[in-house]
Amino acid sequence: MLIVLLKPIGILCSYIFKAMGQSLVIGSERSARRKKQKADGNVAVDTPTVSLTAASMTDLDNITQHQIVYKKMEQLMDRMQDENTGIPVRTVNKFRAKVPSVFTGTDLILWIMKNVDVDDQVEALYFANLLSSHGYLFPIDDHFLNVKNDGSYYRFQTPYYWPSNIFDPENTDYAVYLCKRTMQNKTRLELADYEAENLAKLQKVLSRKWEFVFLQAEAQSKVDKKRDRMERKILDSQERAFWDVHRPMPGTIITTEIDYRKLKRYKELSTLANGDINSLVPIQLPVKTNIGKPTIESIKKDITAMRLKLDRRNIKLSKIADTYITYFEQYAEYDPFFTPPEFSNPWLLDNVEVWDCDKHSSLFSYRKEVTVRRIKRWAFSLKELLADPAGKEHFTKFLEKEFSCENLKFWEAVQNLKKLPQSDVPKAAEEIWTEYLSGDSLNIDSQSRELSRKNMSAPDRWAFDIAAVCNRTFSLCKIKNGVHVYHLMKSDSYQRYIRSEMYKEYLNTSKKKTSMKGIRSIVSFSGKRDICPS
Amino acid sequence: MKDCKSYSVAPPLADIALRNIWNLDMALDVNTRTETVELLSREADCLKHKLEEERKKLNDVTLANVAERLEEVTFLNIKPRRLLKGNQAKMLCCDWSPDKRHIVSSSQDGKLLIWDAFTTTKEQTVTMPTTWVMACAYSPSGNLVACGGLDNKVTVFNISNPEEDPSAKKKTVGTHTNFMSCCLFPNSDQQILTGSGDATAALWDVESGQMLQSFHGHTGDIMSIDLSPSEIGNTFISGSCDKMLLLWDMRTGQSVQSFEGHLSDINSVKYHPSGDAVASGSDDSTCRMYDLRADKEVAVYSKESILFGVNSIDFSVSGRILFGGYTDYTINAWDSLKCERVSLLYGHENRVTSIKLSPDGTALASASWDASLRVWA
Repeated sequence: MLIVLLKPIGILCSYIFKAMGQSLVIGSERSARRKKQKADGNVAVDTPTVSLTAASMTDLDNITQHQIVYKKMEQLMDRMQDENTGIPVRTVNKFRAKVPSVFTGTDLILWIMKNVDVDDQVEALYFANLLSSHGYLFPIDDHFLNVKNDGSYYRFQTPYYWPSNIFDPENTDYAVYLCKRTMQNKTRLELADYEAENLAKLQKVLSRKWEFVFLQAEAQSKVDKKRDRMERKILDSQERAFWDVHRPMPGTIITTEIDYRKLKRYKELSTLANGDINSLVPIQLPVKTNIGKPTIESIKKDITAMRLKLDRRNIKLSKIADTYITYFEQYAEYDPFFTPPEFSNPWLLDNVEVWDCDKHSSLFSYRKEVTVRRIKRWAFSLKELLADPAGKEHFTKFLEKEFSCENLKFWEAVQNLKKLPQSDVPKAAEEIWTEYLSGDSLNIDSQSRELSRKNMSAPDRWAFDIAAVCNRTFSLCKIKNGVHVYHLMKSDSYQRYIRSEMYKEYLNTSKKKTSMKGIRSIVSFSGKRDICPS
Repeated sequence: MKDCKSYSVAPPLADIALRNIWNLDMALDVNTRTETVELLSREADCLKHKLEEERKKLNDVTLANVAERLEEVTFLNIKPRRLLKGNQAKMLCCDWSPDKRHIVSSSQDGKLLIWDAFTTTKEQTVTMPTTWVMACAYSPSGNLVACGGLDNKVTVFNISNPEEDPSAKKKTVGTHTNFMSCCLFPNSDQQILTGSGDATAALWDVESGQMLQSFHGHTGDIMSIDLSPSEIGNTFISGSCDKMLLLWDMRTGQSVQSFEGHLSDINSVKYHPSGDAVASGSDDSTCRMYDLRADKEVAVYSKESILFGVNSIDFSVSGRILFGGYTDYTINAWDSLKCERVSLLYGHENRVTSIKLSPDGTALASASWDASLRVWA
């Protein structure tokens, strides 16, 4: 029984030592903590792992999602509590009673505006609320952890209660805390309704342990009573804020909740919260050994990977940046966040004309509806042309006139092959082979043809990719100067199509149609970007 | 205690050395072996150095510098336009139908909902026999939806007939050995590409449930995948908790390029619409952009006032705006070229888990742990 009793206290002590290492600002708080250490100090000797906590914490920072955030917030808290540049903390008189170590919401927001790169006051307030909802600062008399930009009072949480120190406190601790408050006869410590309910529930669940809970609560309450009045006020509020984070008021968000996808990795960690500090040690071992033990194989692998990277011919950043800008300038006209769409944006004006028009375009009467903007887009790239059903049809017509639509048909067949269910692939591959590759109808170099022939022995959905496109792995296939249908189309027939009278005429008729309608203004290509209507 | 650990790293070699202390030849052999490790790591270091230098040479300017000539994005006026309220449970993922108006969402309580986002009505509900359905996706035809999560499986439902109960036409296509975190249909209703907590990705044949290709290479849970928008569409990118992005060739199952730079788990990856770059969002509260041609990181999107991780990202049609859904309940809109934030969208009351641009780029949908979906425009 005694050991059980000592353990949690020991853990608390180790946290206190961690907290001690950090600078603390509020004077009265500091002395309060010192006293607490004295009160618990005699048991601390039993825990040799004290120094470990601090060290392990830094290792864990990289592991949990929450720790990363906590660390950033804690750095900020240090700045906020700086004696010279931080937020001024005062003792104020409120209804003739002294309220120690507080600051106002206005002070806090001003400080954030000045010291953090927030855009405006709204963001500063939002930022303050985030700090508050994680319990780093809290309103002195409210269970709801939020911040208002006014004269209401707030207090800093002591590092001992920072969420990074204790991820997930146990129900027993909560029960002890609630139980303790029922023992202290003070109005400010009265349980809220939901807390009373929680206490009743806990009493049922922990009925076998209740004697222990009660004893511990009694002991803690005795320690508390010996403290100075002001200190007790502060400590009580800090303890309350701690539980407001970990057992929040119904309807508020539990900020300590972990994403399920990450939980698997944190499982070991959550056992730590159940009290055994020693369990910290085995967790970091696998992480360390993974990084720290390079084998010959792994280094060799790294070396080949890096050699490959060195061999790559890479493009300079200035050129790359230009391509992004060009891309943006080209597509700004089609980006509804920059240019209002041709038809009113259905989300803004409750008008679904765009979608209705779209349905038509992909089915029957698109020829009537194809707009200038759309046709212009076909000139951007072959990809854009083929992505638009109307564009594809128009291009096919052009090719038919030239008697050269074999390439396009082959390309389409190959693309369709990739989309088929596995069971249909061999048959479809066979068909493509007989139709396009066995004869001479397609202008493909012998090497690609040979490779495709080889693939035909066990055809898969990518059997004709080599013949159809040029791609990354191409050089690996040791085929050089291959004529690939896609690139052939891109560099030859597509270019001719874009320059052809047929395309220009189509574009012009569409332009006329639009101007005759005269309703929809077409934003000029060079891009005068209109402001989206709200 | 810490010292103990650093010893425990060495033992294999030390152990062998001790055992062979009488056998000089063997001891020598051990020596040469240690040297190879040393030599190799020295070579690796040298290469690393060289690589960095090469990269510096290519770093003649920064993206933000070049983008200075562009007008600033000051006119964004994005507001919440629709609120889709689910049942109490956390929304984990959403995806747009190709009809640009319907949205599928999956949630923590195992419900798959089909919404008409325009009228904000729930049209169909499918109940999965599992909780935490982490991923859902519409097929290109709009007739199928795929979903999965904690059940390690990817399941396909036919939703083409609104009269019929979709769960009657249910099909389990693939199974992983850990949770399925993301899925998509690669340009076809007949295949599904999935990423999983077992650190692999896989391509499945919908009809037969056969695994067409598997992708091994990550050392951590895969959190997100995205298909290349290029006309060929044979490559995809994956982001993982091992802080790496890998580019995959779907035909061979090999990773052909890798990117690093993030300091924590990567939660989301997305191709730039041009297909020449990929962006990623991470728990280190940054988004980054990597260029495939430069083979390196070209931009970091971060701010001191942003403390929380990024769960999901997406680009606007022109690639200029990068949206990020954050754990701090907000959506940040970044100017991807000038590398500065242009808008901050408040509205959700809990972490934003998934954001998706509608197929025509007119709106952004977001899913959140506050049990709602929102449409922004």
